[in-house]
Amino acid sequence: MGDVFEFVMPSLGADMERGVLVEWLVTVGQHVDRGDLVAVVETDKGAIEVEIWTPGTVAELVVPEGSDVPVGTVLARLSGASATADPAPSAPPAADAPPAEPSPEPAPTPVVAVPPHSGRASPWARHLAAERGVDLTGVVGTGPGGAIVGADVPQARTKPVAAGTDADAMRRAVARAMERSKREIPHYYLGTEVDLTPTLAWLERRNAAVPPPQRVLPAVLFLAAAARAVREVPQVNGFWKDGRLEVSEAVHLGVAISLRGGGLVAPAVRDADRLDLGGLMAALDDLVRRARRGRLRGSEMTDATLTTTSMGDRGVSDIQGVIYPPQVAIVGFGRVVERPWIVDGAILPRSVVRVTLAGDHRAHDGHTGGLYLSAVANLLTNPESLA
Amino acid sequence: MTRTEMEARVRELLVDLAPEFEADAIDPDEDLRQQLDIDSMDLHQLATSLFEVYGVDIPESERADLVTLRAIVDWLDAHVSR
Repeated sequence: MGDVFEFVMPSLGADMERGVLVEWLVTVGQHVDRGDLVAVVETDKGAIEVEIWTPGTVAELVVPEGSDVPVGTVLARLSGASATADPAPSAPPAADAPPAEPSPEPAPTPVVAVPPHSGRASPWARHLAAERGVDLTGVVGTGPGGAIVGADVPQARTKPVAAGTDADAMRRAVARAMERSKREIPHYYLGTEVDLTPTLAWLERRNAAVPPPQRVLPAVLFLAAAARAVREVPQVNGFWKDGRLEVSEAVHLGVAISLRGGGLVAPAVRDADRLDLGGLMAALDDLVRRARRGRLRGSEMTDATLTTTSMGDRGVSDIQGVIYPPQVAIVGFGRVVERPWIVDGAILPRSVVRVTLAGDHRAHDGHTGGLYLSAVANLLTNPESLA
Repeated sequence: MTRTEMEARVRELLVDLAPEFEADAIDPDEDLRQQLDIDSMDLHQLATSLFEVYGVDIPESERADLVTLRAIVDWLDAHVSR
């Protein structure tokens, strides 16, 4: 028999001070395992599905649905909690609400294959289904034990809904994080240009050989290169904590995603350095869809060890990022542009991308950042190594 | 499948990408990238959906021209076997 464990309102980012407990995904008496989704929390950045990292049995739901409470408030108590629990997302934060401490070891990926709807659905899911006129038969549940949760309920086809975020609140959340970053982090900036012409030709050949669902975007090459370059220069991947750099062994790559109507989130692709291009594309596709529907998971919001930001095909060619604390670097990819380029002594039109790094000068120096950017450039010009 | 039904289905797919918008409010002749603020990932998801729904693969060389609802429906009308 283990101890009683208190599950508290987690800090789902450097800027979060409070949250609304929208929905319980568990009931009293239910057993939960590491990584189970237990609650939906509404934050300035939308509704987040929160996992628990301590196994046990739910003894008490302290806070009723709809409660707006500060970070650190006890939400539920578990009995028989395991002593091997990962305290990361549930550690009570200090009064000024610093970001959740990153996990000392990677938490399991919360995405699991589950069978189609077997009859269990949360009250919130049933409410949404009724509101949208959706039949839950055949819906695949991603909640505990395959239960259908709110996020699984399909949108009504003719009644689009808002993404569940308040633009003003999100603006304030971004403002708090960026103020903290620029107040605390002495940034240094580096950049380099990479001729992507052969790489894009390689990608075109690769994509031509597979059907549309298996194709990957150039942006995925950027993510792959950013993640794998960490193996060569690990100092850019981690956190500045207690006056020192804490390098992370896992590479959870934050991806800055802009939301229509304004706002920005940077959820993490977990273990991005271990995914092949197809796996990264699937992960990015999934993250973008859920981010724009306001349905990200708690671990995705707190686990990033290094963040990337990409201007895509409609942006500008150069971006200087602002580090998301307590991370120590952010990698930027500008829009790919046609540029005159010298190849074997001749000036030729080439597809060029500018890759930048903003680094935390407390954690490392420009030399280290330069080595990292060189590693990214080398990987981008050898796409076979990323496949 | 009639052209009207095809257009209605494409409108649904677009709203699935950009849930902030009403299907009926999409202007058939306005550039979708500006109208719905969609990016390359959205367009990839749309191409994947069209492949899954209609079994058609829009060539990369033609995608640059298919930036309005009307252009997409015209292309489907010409390429989807009924």
